[in-house]
Amino acid sequence: METAMMQQDKANKDEIKKETASKALLLVGVGGQGTILASKILSEGLVQQGYDVKMSEIHGMSQRGGSVTTQIKFGPKVYSPLIGPQEADVIVAFEKLEAARYMTQLKKMGTLIVNDYEIYPLPVLLGQQAYPENLLAVLADYVEKQAGQLKVLQAHTLAAELGNARAQNMVLLGAVVKALGLEDFAWEEVIKSFLPPKLHDLNSKAFQCGLSF
Amino acid sequence: MKKLLTGNEAIARGAYEAGCTVAAAYPGTPSTEILENIAGYKEIYSEWSPNEKVAVEVASGAAIAGARALAAMKHVGMNVAADPLFTMAYEGVNGGLVLVTADDPGLHSSQNEQDNRHYAPHAKVAMVEPSDSQECKDFVKMAFVLSEQYDMPVILRVTTRVCHSKSLVELEAREEVGIKAYQKNVQKYAMTPAHAKVRHVIVEEKLCELQKAAEHSPLNRIEWGGRKVGIITSGISYQYAREVFGDEVSYLKLGLTYPLPEQKIRDFAAQVGEVWVIEENDPYLETAVKALGIKCKGKDVLPLCGELNSGIIREAFGSPKGKKVAAGLVAAPGQELSLPGRPPVMCAGCPHRGLFFALSKLKDVVVSSDIGCYTLGLTPPLAVTDTVICMGASISAGIGFEKAFQKGGVPKKVFSCIGDSTFFHSGITGLIDAVYNKSKICVVILDNRITAMTGHQDNPGTGRTLQGEETAAVDLVPLVRAVGIKGENIRVVDPYNLAETEEAVREAAAATEPFVIITRQPCALLKDVQRARAGMYCAIDQEKCRKCKACMKIGCPALSVKGGQVVIDANSCNGCGLCLQVCKFEAITKAGE
Ligand SMILES: Cc1ncc(C[n+]2csc(CCOP(=O)(O)OP(=O)(O)O)c2C)c(N)n1
Repeated sequence: METAMMQQDKANKDEIKKETASKALLLVGVGGQGTILASKILSEGLVQQGYDVKMSEIHGMSQRGGSVTTQIKFGPKVYSPLIGPQEADVIVAFEKLEAARYMTQLKKMGTLIVNDYEIYPLPVLLGQQAYPENLLAVLADYVEKQAGQLKVLQAHTLAAELGNARAQNMVLLGAVVKALGLEDFAWEEVIKSFLPPKLHDLNSKAFQCGLSF
Repeated sequence: MKKLLTGNEAIARGAYEAGCTVAAAYPGTPSTEILENIAGYKEIYSEWSPNEKVAVEVASGAAIAGARALAAMKHVGMNVAADPLFTMAYEGVNGGLVLVTADDPGLHSSQNEQDNRHYAPHAKVAMVEPSDSQECKDFVKMAFVLSEQYDMPVILRVTTRVCHSKSLVELEAREEVGIKAYQKNVQKYAMTPAHAKVRHVIVEEKLCELQKAAEHSPLNRIEWGGRKVGIITSGISYQYAREVFGDEVSYLKLGLTYPLPEQKIRDFAAQVGEVWVIEENDPYLETAVKALGIKCKGKDVLPLCGELNSGIIREAFGSPKGKKVAAGLVAAPGQELSLPGRPPVMCAGCPHRGLFFALSKLKDVVVSSDIGCYTLGLTPPLAVTDTVICMGASISAGIGFEKAFQKGGVPKKVFSCIGDSTFFHSGITGLIDAVYNKSKICVVILDNRITAMTGHQDNPGTGRTLQGEETAAVDLVPLVRAVGIKGENIRVVDPYNLAETEEAVREAAAATEPFVIITRQPCALLKDVQRARAGMYCAIDQEKCRKCKACMKIGCPALSVKGGQVVIDANSCNGCGLCLQVCKFEAITKAGE
């Protein structure tokens, strides 16, 4: 049942959507971290909110420990599915090294969300290269130069405290939704539609936790 | 209803809606999900074929029989299928025939960057190029219509970004076109020289006809904007160009890219100040535009290698108003950081590791390898591989190596390493050559019971079809024997058992006849394997560990040096026990159940 007020509300929202140009969101991480599920949920939620959405992922050899990147663009009309250098409004890095690898995609005044978590790549495991020590400082420095915002989360630990570290992707999803200013939507319904019932509670909590950042 | 679909999902949906009844493919990134999705439509018979030539031939037979049929492949797969393609252009179709080529500009997961648009003029068949998922679906349907109307196979050419990007698609119902009546017609369907001479003329006539129709085809459209610059483009490049230049310029967006609408191109060029051609890789459109006598900008400013993106296009052309378009061009700070890369690695517990480790112990060997997860035998610390060319080449190129070494008096043993799926794809003929021509190579078939690299597709050795139904499995040992490898020259080993694997490799190195080793252990990422080994892992007794790091030489990502100690990550370890077997101090033990 749609009341007149709701209709008006929707019309207003449609108006706002037409005015705003498309937004670009980059998710980066390592194979197996749940970036792809997070981006599916985001894209589906954005479609339900009436946006044109394009999502592009490169998952070629992700199972074998490679970087995984997903690009999501949404707005009244989206052409290119790709995000160019310095075009991302928000970057969510599920891993610190990946944050540093992709930070130059961040737009001026963009938001960089970082999971304070390390996964060693092979050259580091083999002792051929060191895992950079001061990554958070490097990120902070860069984001400051871009007049942007840096949010550092212990998503892994937070999710573990809630019951399972694997729900870290929902913590980060919550943080992204907040950063995009899209909290005003039934995200949890979308999350549930992608997960078996026994995981609903944990993932809802993880998402709520992410929203508080 | 609108749904967010990848290009591959949309191609599958298009085949379904078009009333396609037969589809075949061999997996290959970025095309694999097309057949995986088609498999979900019960109305379509679909199969994993052993290779792309077989897939295209299955689809060709079905099309001649009267079905709408589709075959899908990655770009290099079209090389394998080129033989039937070129002659099917002469035979034409009965039911429509659509051949999907998924190219990989930027080489996200391929061994070359070939631009398969050249196949259309080369084979003399029509080609369509969608630029997003909606077009993927629509163009498949139109391709079937074109194929039947002009009696020719139609190539649907997509690229990684089209295949793997999701965008909104309007779903429609399936059109039941059924199977057309088949009538024997050897002049058309049996290509002897006498028949082909006649058919070649018909092919040229049909292309002329289609070219006229291309002038008015809804597949090619003009979007007028500013007229200072007119951009001619197709596929994903259209989306990039639109994003950069918006309505400041006009676009001739080509969906039917062979044969090209020459008059439409001329008319468009005449109505704009200057023509820019925007395309990835080769100057396919640009060469055609220039051949019409039209001056244009294109590869003089755009790169031939790699993918395009909005940043590259902006930098190449600047703004049509003359000034450079700002954004994203200034070299970003922070680039000077040298970050450790994240190269793909052989997984913890990968059964391929044992074989490569055993080979690394041998002196004077050359390893001719192939394409699959085991290509990673190339990377340090194993680093035993010498060559990788294309699927199947491990064996045949290995024979060439061996023959050349023999002539040159080079005392090196050649090992050819090939995966199970790759062996069925195009390794068998090489093995026959080895026997027939008495090559002294050792062929190692790394049988991990699946096509792993492309994401776990079944193959003729797994005993399951694309739909997961049980079927006969090709048994490698009798097959290898039937080809002529003697029983005493065949070893089947468990690559988790290092002693056994090393012994087989040593025997092979000493053999003077063609030799085959089959390493048998399923991929560690298979669901059943992960379930069965879930609780298993190895652990290091730090008291016993002398920090010699011998275990690090197997290159397992579950092992690392932390704070001076070698440690095993119990989560990623699956207890394969390879590290334990290389430890001289018995510091590593199996744990878990
Ligand atoms: C002609 C051709 N078709 C498809 C591919 C894509 N491709 C690369 S490796 C591979 C399969 C490898 O399977 P297998 O030989 O069983 O080795 P595994 O990855 O399981 O170790 C495929 C399909 C290709 N590179 N070339």
